[in-house]
Amino acid sequence: MKLAYYPGCSLEATAREYDQSSRAVCRELGIELKELDDWNCCGSSSAHNLNHLLAAGLSARNIALAQREGMDITVPCAACFARLRKADHLLKQGGEMKKELEEMVEFKYTGQVGIISLLEAVVERAGIDLISKKVKKPLKNLKVVCYYGCLMVRPPEVRGFDRVENPVMLDRLMECLGADVRPWSHKTECCGASLSLTRVEVVEGLVARLTGAAREAGAEAMVTMCPLCQSNLEMRQKGPGKMPSFYFTEMLGLALGLPDTPEWLGRHINNPAGLINKTVNSDK
Amino acid sequence: MRVISHGEVLESDPCFAEEVKNHSGQPIDLCYHCQKCASGCLPMGVVGGITPNQLLRMISLGLKDQVIKSPAIWICTACETCGARCPNGISIAAVMDAVREMAYTENITVKGDSALTFHRLFLGDLKSRGRISESFLMAKYKLKTLQLFNDMDLGVKLLIRGKLPLIPKGIKGKIKVRNMFDRSEEKMRIKHRDPCEGRQAR
Repeated sequence: MKLAYYPGCSLEATAREYDQSSRAVCRELGIELKELDDWNCCGSSSAHNLNHLLAAGLSARNIALAQREGMDITVPCAACFARLRKADHLLKQGGEMKKELEEMVEFKYTGQVGIISLLEAVVERAGIDLISKKVKKPLKNLKVVCYYGCLMVRPPEVRGFDRVENPVMLDRLMECLGADVRPWSHKTECCGASLSLTRVEVVEGLVARLTGAAREAGAEAMVTMCPLCQSNLEMRQKGPGKMPSFYFTEMLGLALGLPDTPEWLGRHINNPAGLINKTVNSDK
Repeated sequence: MRVISHGEVLESDPCFAEEVKNHSGQPIDLCYHCQKCASGCLPMGVVGGITPNQLLRMISLGLKDQVIKSPAIWICTACETCGARCPNGISIAAVMDAVREMAYTENITVKGDSALTFHRLFLGDLKSRGRISESFLMAKYKLKTLQLFNDMDLGVKLLIRGKLPLIPKGIKGKIKVRNMFDRSEEKMRIKHRDPCEGRQAR
């Protein structure tokens, strides 16, 4: 199975381990990723906050590139995924907006390009059955909560991802890897997103609520699928005893026994080594 | 038109509600203030002091100044919880984008809030190369807002872990991306030029 891979700007910098782990996990699961040639930034929050037409145009160009290559796109970053899906939604609706975007990007929209998150590629295209057969080191005794964040699930009519208030796709995956997945109430609450630089105190407050709820649920770690959620959880947690958080692809790397996993985990700001050693050694 | 709020007389812009409805494509009038949006909105409601439904009411009343100069519209993180829970199908995030776009086109600045500065720098970086360099963006933002030493420790940690590449990547299609910027900015200027066009007679 071949998919066009749209990493997005964060995965070239602060979320480097998400990029590395995504590529490695897909290779292991037989998903061939071909990086979308000459992709541009999706514009993230800044573009849609200031100029909605530009925001749609930036993602339309990426859709046009994938269309030319005749491949579906898979996106690890929740924000990029949301922007691409939004532009695709506008193009599908047709009318003036579609005409404008086609003129702006100089292409003819066919609607043939599917846009899926990397989680969906792993869970739905590779499949839970295949993954469970490949698990070498089950994540025994690792108590986690799955944190989906905002952009993977909302708005429901555009994303079409799982269930909007209580998504379970990542929970199912983590259970298949052997983790002790705790139910909790904050799966789709906001981490503060791009306020991370501009309103630090707001983000710190939101992150404290998230980690508080995770602890209350009995979790030792949080599993994420968004670079911004992950970096806010890592960088905007205050006080001692910080809760580690992981990209779901790193959890896959651990359970499937991928050799580069320690390198990815070594890039974390909150060192998860203690927790990982405990988990890895618990089945001996 | 004028609106009296808490004993204060506020100027009202009769075209504002129509303008927001047109730009956002959202049926603002359907809001019956059940406050499902408000209960799910932490940043704006708790920190910003205005809940999403209150903002819709202000728009309906034509309180343009109070809306587009409000710091609350920049605290909204566009998490879209409000719209996903709205029983009347109002995408409040689309309304927020529309009012922020108006504030941006009218060059409104909010004292003490640097969100707009951040977004401008972000788009500037994107326009120059077609992609964002997070390292450049963070550095530019810190310089511009004179917060050089905030987060210095985090910056060092990121650098050591190989997460702040110093050579930014550009794309081959950057001229095309720049043209898209110019075209969309021009379209936006036209769109926001005269909200009351053709309505003065009323």
